[in-house]
Amino acid sequence: MKRILDVKNLNVSFHTFAGEVKAVRGVNIHLDKGESLAVVGESGSGKSVTSKAIMRLLPEKTSEIKEGQILFEGKDLARLSNREMEKIRGSEISMIFQDPMTSLNPTMTIGKQIMEGLRKHQNLSKQEAKERAINLLKLVNIPNPELRVNEYPHQFSGGMRQRVVIAIALACNPKVLIADEPTTALDVTIQAQILDLMRDLQEKTGTAIILITHDLGVVANLSQRVAVMYGGTIVETGTTDEVFYNPKHPYTWGLLASMPKLDAKDKELLAIPGTPPNLLKPPVGCPFAARCPHAMQVCTDHMPDATELSSTHQAACWLLDERAPKVEPPEAAVVGGAR
Amino acid sequence: MVRFIGKRIFYMLITLLVIASFTFFLMKLLPGTPFNNEEKLTAEQKTMLYQKYGLDKPVPVQYLNYLGKLAKGDFGVSFQQDNRSVTTIITERIGPSAVLGIEATIVGTIIGLFMGIIAALRSNTWIDYWTSIVAVLGISIPSFVFAGALQYFVGVKLRWLPVAQWEGPEYHVLPTLSLAVFVVATVARFMRTEMLEVLGQDYITTAKSKGIANSVVVMKHTVRNALIPVVTILGPLAVNLITGTLIIEQIFAVPGLGSQFVSSIQQNDFPVIMGTTIFYSTAFIIVILIVDILYGVIDPRIRVAGGKE
Repeated sequence: MKRILDVKNLNVSFHTFAGEVKAVRGVNIHLDKGESLAVVGESGSGKSVTSKAIMRLLPEKTSEIKEGQILFEGKDLARLSNREMEKIRGSEISMIFQDPMTSLNPTMTIGKQIMEGLRKHQNLSKQEAKERAINLLKLVNIPNPELRVNEYPHQFSGGMRQRVVIAIALACNPKVLIADEPTTALDVTIQAQILDLMRDLQEKTGTAIILITHDLGVVANLSQRVAVMYGGTIVETGTTDEVFYNPKHPYTWGLLASMPKLDAKDKELLAIPGTPPNLLKPPVGCPFAARCPHAMQVCTDHMPDATELSSTHQAACWLLDERAPKVEPPEAAVVGGAR
Repeated sequence: MVRFIGKRIFYMLITLLVIASFTFFLMKLLPGTPFNNEEKLTAEQKTMLYQKYGLDKPVPVQYLNYLGKLAKGDFGVSFQQDNRSVTTIITERIGPSAVLGIEATIVGTIIGLFMGIIAALRSNTWIDYWTSIVAVLGISIPSFVFAGALQYFVGVKLRWLPVAQWEGPEYHVLPTLSLAVFVVATVARFMRTEMLEVLGQDYITTAKSKGIANSVVVMKHTVRNALIPVVTILGPLAVNLITGTLIIEQIFAVPGLGSQFVSSIQQNDFPVIMGTTIFYSTAFIIVILIVDILYGVIDPRIRVAGGKE
């Protein structure tokens, strides 16, 4: 498969009054053509920052890509000028946002909002762009697209708006689609519809997807590969099967264990005790050491390197060192039954 | 929309009736009489004068008579200016006031919006700080102080522009500026805040993610949304302009309605006081109506809500 996006050793910092916040510290992710990668992690783990860095949508004044490369078809996006980046944004790489209630302009018809990108990147006439917009609305299953195209966002429900946002993102047939928690703000029945739609559209268009989420259920549904982020670093990455059925990092165990299970009726919901590290002063060692039940002295002193478990599966944990004691994942983290 | 405006006009008339009634009774409490040199008049002459203008009747009767005439559009005649009708006085005097008010609104709003937008786009730079300083000064310095300063420096010291009077375009500059300062300051401050608010919204990120140029993001997505709350302050600004013209017209000797209003109060010229009050109130209520209609033009959410009613 052809590699389309390769993020190498990405470091992103925010400059705040309190000092430099190192939100992303040495992230490596890659994406092949037509592939779907999920980036999971809790709030503040750096997953959204990573995606915004790829789109170059981080605030210019307060943030900075300190180090690393974002190679998209051989071009380093981190070094492009704003003007060059405008040509890529929306046409080659586009993005779906978390909250459909706020991510559409309330004073512009949705038709115009879809047409904007088309007219800029594909030089379509107004008429052609409008026809394309109607087709896109049809593609995302909005009824009466000929009428709806002239309506305003407030005339759409939350789920409908997210469909519109997806239509905007897909308008110019992008090669990469970054979906930043696309279902978090929607209620559960609508979530399933939107996920179905995204899977369907991926099959139709062959767009590669980076799905940012904290919902492991969503991951299992949509993605072939998973990267688990914690404290601004990637702690484990592998195919969805590898990460779900053979997780190696204690943080992944914690995440899997804290997923509510339908059969565990009377059991308490499990949580990972403690709080994420303060990235103003990131820990020298493993970022998860402070919350890890298996932490050793070495964990707080040295950052573990990624251990290759298979050609696709890597985890950064000292437990995987040959000198470390053998630890089995907790009962609750075992995902029951083979798929 | 038609029904909405119709309803609003009905409420407008009620408001005007209340204002007219209040003004009428307050005016009757003013000390003195409308006639000059009253002490020189004989008792007979006085009675004749009072009878002629209907001032001999009890106040409630005078009130009903006045309302009756008002309903027919008759504002009465001035006691002071050789029995000229109030309508003529107002139509003669309204020109300069309206020109001054409209010029100040347009100049002030345009400069204010421009300053606000630039300050927001360059927030926390020296441009932003200077805009803030200008805005604070503009709001805190009364327009008459500013008018005096302009007259002294630009008019007397530099002799660039005439100090007062109302004869040609060059006479408009100083009074317009004095009136516009407050508008500039208010609009700039508001626009800056709203721009910053809108620039932080998710839909701006969406717009950027489409790859459209930054200037388009600002013009098409940010400014329009930031304008919605700014329209709100146009109402209070209109009040300020109307009261502002009263003073500015005096300072610059502009032959407008404002100076007429002030002198009519000093002279107890009852019909002129009533006429100008009703005129100013109507102007103000119409401005508010226009502001409400403007909302709908800018914000589709309000437009549709109104249409369904």
